[in-house]
Amino acid sequence: MHVRPEFLALVLACALVTALPRVLQLVVLSRFALPQRLLDWLSYVPIAVLAALTAIEVLVPGGQALLLRDNAAIPAVAAAFAVASATRSLLLAVVCGVGAFWLLS
Amino acid sequence: MSAFWGGVRASLPVVLGYLGIGLAAGVVERAAGLSYAEILLLSTVLYAGSAQFVLTSLLALGAPASAIVPTVFLVNLRHLLLSAALAPALRGVPAWKNALLGVQLTDETFVVASAHKTLRPAWMAGLNLSAWTAWAAANVSGAALSGLGGDTRVLGFALPAMFAALLVLQLRTHRRVRTALAVAAVSAAAGVGAQLALAGPWAVVAATVLGASLGLLLQACTSGPNS
Repeated sequence: MHVRPEFLALVLACALVTALPRVLQLVVLSRFALPQRLLDWLSYVPIAVLAALTAIEVLVPGGQALLLRDNAAIPAVAAAFAVASATRSLLLAVVCGVGAFWLLS
Repeated sequence: MSAFWGGVRASLPVVLGYLGIGLAAGVVERAAGLSYAEILLLSTVLYAGSAQFVLTSLLALGAPASAIVPTVFLVNLRHLLLSAALAPALRGVPAWKNALLGVQLTDETFVVASAHKTLRPAWMAGLNLSAWTAWAAANVSGAALSGLGGDTRVLGFALPAMFAALLVLQLRTHRRVRTALAVAAVSAAAGVGAQLALAGPWAVVAATVLGASLGLLLQACTSGPNS
C-alpha cells in the first residue's frame, strides 16, 4: 500500500492539466468566447489522439516493431469497432473486443 | 426530493457504465504494476477514464513524465468544448462553485447534464459525486480482480478496445463526419509511423497535432466562404 513519490507527482501534474480545460470555460470564459478556429481544431483532437493510440496499441505491440501477421489484436479491434458502431455502448464494445481477443489468441 | 439526490438519481446510467469500464481500468492499471494506493489516487485525483488508460499505456511503454503529461493534456483538451457547452446553464452560479463542479466534469456526466437547460449546483454535485465514487470503487475492485489470477494480457486488451470504442463515439457525434474520418486515418498512420521512427513517447503528440491541423485545413478547403 504505498505510493511512489514520482508517481504522485505524475498524477498531480496530469490532474492539473486535466482540470484546466474542464474549469476554464465555466469560470472565466462564460463571458468571452474562444475563437472558432481553435474550437474547430480542438474538435479533431480527441479523434486524432484516439486513432493514433489505437493504431499503435494494435499494430506496434510493445512499442518497437510492426506486427501485421498473426496479430489477434487486428480482428479483435475490428470487432470492438463494429460493436461500438452498432450499439454505441462503450462497455459492450470493450467486453466483445476482449472476448474476441481471448478467442483468437 | 432535494436537488442533490435528484442528481444522484440522474447519475445511475453513468454509474452502471463506470462500474464496467472502471473494472477494466483497474485490471489494466494493476497489470501495469501500480499499487492499490496508486490506483485509488489515480482514479480519485485524475478521475478521467481515457486519460488513465493513456497514462497506464505510456507508463507500460516506459515513457517519461515529460511525455505523459502533454499527452494527457491533449486527450483531455476536449473537455474545453464540454465545459463551454455547459457554461450557459450554469450562468449566475458563483465562480468557485463552478470551478468545483467543473473539476469533476466527464464525457458521461456531460451527456446527462447537457439534457438540462439550467443546472442547479446541488444537482450537479449529486451527479458528480455519485459518478466519482462509482469510478473509484470500480477501479479498486478491478485491481482486486486482476490479483485473482487469469490472463492479464487478454484483459489488457480492454485498453485498445476502449480507445477504439471511444473513437467510434467521437466520430459519430462530430459535425463533419467525413473530415473526422480522414483525420482518424491520417493520425493512425502518422502515429504508427512516428512510433516506429522515433520509438519514442512523442509519437502520439506528433500524430495528434498533425491530424487535428489537417482536419482544420480540410475543413477550410471543403467549406465555402459563406458556411
